[in-house]
Parts: sequence; C-alpha cells; structure tokens
Amino acid sequence: MPTTAPHALSDVTASDSTLRRFLHGLPGVDAVGLEARAASLGTRSIKTTAKAYAIDLAISMVDLTTLEGADTPGKVRALGAKAVRPDPTDRSTPSTAAVCVYPDMVATAKEAVAGSTVKVASVATAFPAGRAPIAVKLADVREAVAAGADEIDMVIDRGAFLAGNYSKVYDEITAVKEACGTDARLKVIFETGELSTYDNIRRASWLGMLAGADFIKTSTGKVAVNATPANTLLMLEAVRDFRAQTGIQVGVKPAGGIRTSKDAIKFLVLVNETAGEDWLDNHWFRFGASSLLNDLLLQRQKLATGRYSGPDYVTVD
Amino acid sequence: MAPVFDYAPAPESRSVVDIAPSYGLFIDGEFTEAAGGKVFKTVSPSTEEVLSEVAEASEEDVDRAVRAARKAFEKWSALPGSERAKYLFRIARIIQERSRELAVLETLDNGKPIRETRDADLPLVAAHFFYYAGWADKLEHAGYGANPRPLGVAGQVIPWNFPLLMLAWKIAPALATGNTVVLKPAETTPLSALFFADICRQAGLPKGVVNIVTGDGRAGAALVAHPDVNKVAFTGSTAVGKEIARTVAGTRKKLTLELGGKGANIVFDDAPIDQAVEGIVNGIFFNQGQVCCAGSRLLVQESIHDELLDSLKRRLSTLRLGDPLDKNTDIGAINSAEQLARITSLAEQGEAEGAERWSPACELPENGFWFAPTLFTNVTQAHTIARDEIFGPVLSVLTFRTPDEAVAKANNTPYGLSAGIWTEKGSRILAVANKLRAGVIWSNTFNKFDPTSPFGGYKESGFGREGGRHGLEAYLDV
Repeated sequence: MPTTAPHALSDVTASDSTLRRFLHGLPGVDAVGLEARAASLGTRSIKTTAKAYAIDLAISMVDLTTLEGADTPGKVRALGAKAVRPDPTDRSTPSTAAVCVYPDMVATAKEAVAGSTVKVASVATAFPAGRAPIAVKLADVREAVAAGADEIDMVIDRGAFLAGNYSKVYDEITAVKEACGTDARLKVIFETGELSTYDNIRRASWLGMLAGADFIKTSTGKVAVNATPANTLLMLEAVRDFRAQTGIQVGVKPAGGIRTSKDAIKFLVLVNETAGEDWLDNHWFRFGASSLLNDLLLQRQKLATGRYSGPDYVTVD
Repeated sequence: MAPVFDYAPAPESRSVVDIAPSYGLFIDGEFTEAAGGKVFKTVSPSTEEVLSEVAEASEEDVDRAVRAARKAFEKWSALPGSERAKYLFRIARIIQERSRELAVLETLDNGKPIRETRDADLPLVAAHFFYYAGWADKLEHAGYGANPRPLGVAGQVIPWNFPLLMLAWKIAPALATGNTVVLKPAETTPLSALFFADICRQAGLPKGVVNIVTGDGRAGAALVAHPDVNKVAFTGSTAVGKEIARTVAGTRKKLTLELGGKGANIVFDDAPIDQAVEGIVNGIFFNQGQVCCAGSRLLVQESIHDELLDSLKRRLSTLRLGDPLDKNTDIGAINSAEQLARITSLAEQGEAEGAERWSPACELPENGFWFAPTLFTNVTQAHTIARDEIFGPVLSVLTFRTPDEAVAKANNTPYGLSAGIWTEKGSRILAVANKLRAGVIWSNTFNKFDPTSPFGGYKESGFGREGGRHGLEAYLDV
C-alpha cells in the first residue's frame, strides 16, 4: 500500500484505484497542439544580451555526463575538472551544475570536484533498463549516497507503468526517495521514448511528483527518442500545475539529444514561457548532456570576441 | 520589475524591401497615374509613418482596367490549362523567392507581427498559387462538366486584414479557370497588391490579365457596378456585402461574398486544457483578432470555467505586444485609427453593459494604433459584445452547462462562418459539428488554413466557397 504524500493531493495516493482514477482524470494532451506550441516557441529570436544571459545560464545548468561501460577514474577526473572550470581561457565562465556518473565512480567524481559548487549526480536503480529486483535497486542507491552522491537519477519501472501498475511505480519511487535520505535530491527518469504517448508522460510526471521526486527527467539518453521540446514543454506544464495545487516546486531535466546552443536556448525559452522565471535556475532546471557544453563554450567565445574559434579552442573530454 | 530572461530586440531588417515614394495603378501591364491625378497616403499602423503615396482610381480608371481585362480575356481563356498553370507556378515560385521581402512589406503596411507574415501569410499565399496552378489543366475532372468555361472579367474587392493572402484567394482560382481580373485592395493596405503586380510582370504574365486599382470604397463600388464585369467577389464587412448584393441584383453577374463572423470556440470539460488555451489565444489574438473567422466568443463549460480562465489569463500575460518587425512580437498594431475607434467603443459598451473587463499588464507604444489583448467575463447572449463583430483582440467569455446548450448558443448569431470544438471525445466532436451552422468547424485547433480546404459562410457571413475544388465553381460558368 502506498504511503501518504505530505500535501494537498495526499488522498489520491491512498489506494491503487484512487491513484489510477486521479492519473486517468488528468486533462488529455492533444499531440498536434502540443508540438505546434513547442515549435512556435522555438521561433523566438534570442540575440545579444539575452543570448549571453541564456548561454551562461545553460552552462550553469549542465549535468555533465559520462555513462559508458568504458568509464575510468581518469575519464571521470577529466570530466570533473571540466565541470568546475569549463573554459580554462576564461575564468568568468560559470561551472556546470553537476557531473553525472555511474555509482561506482561517485567517489572519484566527488574528489575531482571537491571545493567547488559542482554537485555529483549518480544514476542508480539498475540504470538504464531498471530491470532488477527492488532490493538491488535500493542497494545501488544506498551505495551511491554513501559514496557521497548529492543527487540520484533513478529510472522508473516502465514495464510496470505500461502494465498499468501505477502503485508499483509509486512505491518504488518512495522507497528510493527514502534511500536517498535527507541530503540527496532525487531525479526520476521516465524514459519518455518508451512511454510513447504524451498522455502517459503527463501521468508519469504527476506520479513521480506525488511520490516525492525533486526533479522529473525525460530520458536516459540510451534510447532512440530522448528529450524533445514537446515532451519537455509537457513536463514543464506538469511542474507548473503541481506547484499551483500543492505549493511544492519540482525541477525538470531534459536529457539526451540536446547538442547545440541553439537547442539549449530553445529549451530555456520553453522554461521561461511555460513554468516561468522561478525555474530559470540550476536548482530547478538541468540539461543532461555531454557534447552540449563545448558548443555553449564556442558560442560564448564568439559573443565575447566577435569571431568563431574552433574545436581546438575548447577542451576535449 | 524587469523580467529575469529579458529578450533583447530582434528586429527583422527593413532593408530587404524597397518601397517607392509613389505608386500608380497597374492597368494593362503598366503602372499608370490615375486619370484625375489624385493620390492618397498609406501609413504604417505601428508608427503612423507615411510609407508611400498611391494613386486613387476614379470611375474612369476602373473602366480602363475592366476594358484591359476584357481585351486580355480572349487570349488568356483560350490558352490550354497547362499553359496557364505555368504562369501560376512561376508566380508561386517568385512569391517564395521574395517571401522575406513581402513579409516585411506586409508587416509594415498592415501592422501585424513579422512572425505571422513570415510563418502564416506568405507560406499560405504561395501554397494557394501552387494549389490552383495544379487545377488549371484538370478542370474537366473537377466535377463541373466536360468543358467548364470561365466567366470573363472578375471584379474583386479585398480587405486589409490579410492583404496578400486575400489577393491569392481571389486571383489564383480566377486565373486558373481562365478569367481575367481587376482587383481592388483595401485603402489602408495597398502595397502588397502593387508588389504582386510587379511579380506578374516578372513572371511574364500577359498584359491585362491582372489589373490592380487602388482607392477607397468609391473605386470598389465603381468596379462592382461596372456593366462589363461578369463576376464579383468580395471579402469584407457584412454591411458593404449587403450593399454589393443590392448593386448586383438584377444583373447577370455571379457573386460570392465572404463577410463577417462571430465564431464560437466551444470548450468542453474533457478538453485538452493546455492546448485549448493555445487554441483560444490563436483563435482571437492571431492578427490582433482582425480575422473574420476569429473565435471571438468563448463558450466554456461552467464546470471548468474558473480553472480555464486562470490558465488563459496566465497565458495572456506572456503575450509580447510591440514593434511588429521584432521577431518576438506576438501582438502587433491595429490596422487603422478608424478600426481602433470601433474596437475601443465596443469594448466600452461591454463594460457599460456590465461585463467584466480584464487585460494583462502591458505597455502600449505611444505612436500608432494599439489595443491591449482584452477578455470579458460574465458575458451573456444579451450583451452587444456577444453579438456584434468587434474585429479586434477582444474575447467574450460565456458559459454553458450541456452540449445542447452549447450548440444553441453557438448558433444563436446572425453569422455562421467558423466554430471550434475542444474535447478529447471523438464522438462528441462529430455530434456537435453536425449541429453547428458554420462554414468552417475546427476540432481541437483553430484558425488553421489550407488551400485544399473550402472556406466560406452561412447566413450573414456570406455565400460561396473559396479554396479547394469547391473554390473553382465561383469562377466557372456552371
């Protein structure tokens, strides 16, 4: 039986059937209209001072990520150094929000960013598939937290969600939240590409927030369709409406597939004109990305000097 | 308080368009002065800057234009359809090539945001010419007989809200079917039609096939009344439409009228709310509400009224009003001082009759003609603002309890041009659409246009259809 959530909507999580009724009672999403709105906000023209602001904000929102089987301590240390000081030629460049690694790399990452504002986020719960027994998932989380992770990026059980077993998903999230303790913030990854419909993404967003997510996150970056303007817009509507009903603010993290400054700025416009300026801060909005950072740095150099440098003027990682 | 993310000005460059200090009438392939030598000024509604001086056509000029069209008709109508199609395809391509220039021009002369002229008007204009170019050699398969014949000279009078798009809606089917044209653009927005005249020359269109006469209502009246005009097509106000119907009555002229509207946008409690809010905004604030098919009456199910209104107001607060050439502007200027006065007076009447007025905080520029996006709640069928076409960014919000009541209220208007239905329930869309008396019904969207789709009204919104296969009929002798 789900535990009680501490806010105005606590009664909806009282039982499996109330939870289902609530999620299925959320307003539907018209796919054509949603995508048209996202595309229309994508035509905003962000220039000069607004662009400089947006690029610095975007850099400060990056969760610089490496999630490969081939990750080594050396690679993670390099990533940490880059997160702390993204552009060694320009000290005014902000640090990124966090580095995002697998649980066994948390200690190394923690050392690499020590003394800076950069947080260490760790994926956990048998990322990316999430197909492991709950005990294993919780152990995964506890290990990462014990090693010093400031943030946990968990994946939901998409199988349970698609089978309509919402309380199972809810219970897992609350259990992981508990395992995070009071210090680590919890990001809940839906893998929107696997949930497939916008109605599902809206339901998953509310389910995640009801269960205590600090952030809702689109994807793992490991499937064909990851963050898109439309699914991010939809999740921004969800956090906006959730705060209006409960007073609780939840963050949003699109991840995967955002590679250019132009794309990142479009996402910031979505944030600004949907959730509002309260979310224009790396405490409430993140980009899960790796190659995006170098493009942001190149664009930042271009704004400062008036000319493009080239890939050899930003660091490889 | 300044916004955290303050979009810097991003103006589209004016240098892509070269507006001459004066323009003549386009008759028989040449720009000529008006017979009386009279001119009038056209201004930019957002700044009141004079853009150019344009010749004012007299009755004599209109007669000259109709004679040129008559002379050209013989050869033009005898061309094989595939030859006429070549000209239309060529015009469509030139419009695409010059679309940035035309978008800036239209924004300057009309006052609407560049975002709309760039992303809506111009793509639709080109699409309309492409579409009817495709029909030109297939008329015998259109369902109007084995060898449908053109009517002759078409006299066309168009409004100022979509100057170039309305021109395309009129000229493309007329030329495809083999008619020749005398077109009078609106007095406040003559420039894009004159640039179109230049495009006709660029495309090598034979002289006299398209003639453009600029001027006010008198030139329009002379064109409509001209005895050698075979077909009259008018888009504009219902009052002028009725006058034209009286003029044409008793003659052999064929007539189509596309007039006013008071479209109902019906939002049921099971609607996709976020998208419905976008649709409501697009329905009434697109082109500052100066759209004949605007969703100017919002009919919302009482059970979701408060929730929807909260969302709508929050959304309206994000609309950006200002310089129409700025790429981030959502709401541009009202087209003329006269139109602004009409909107202002109707909004005041709404207040006087007890409706509750609301606008987001928004600063209006000092010069030019501006009106803040406005919505009225507590509106009933008995309010003037629920009955009269305002033709401005003013939304009247009414409520209903049941689908039958929604249909009854939606149909309770002298107009019948457009309606919208918002619900996630497919069967309800079909059931309600069948009962609505409106020429265009959108479901879960609003103000979407396509050249393949016929457009036109019921009742006082006019008769005849433009667009699609149906749009051919107005220009064929059937």
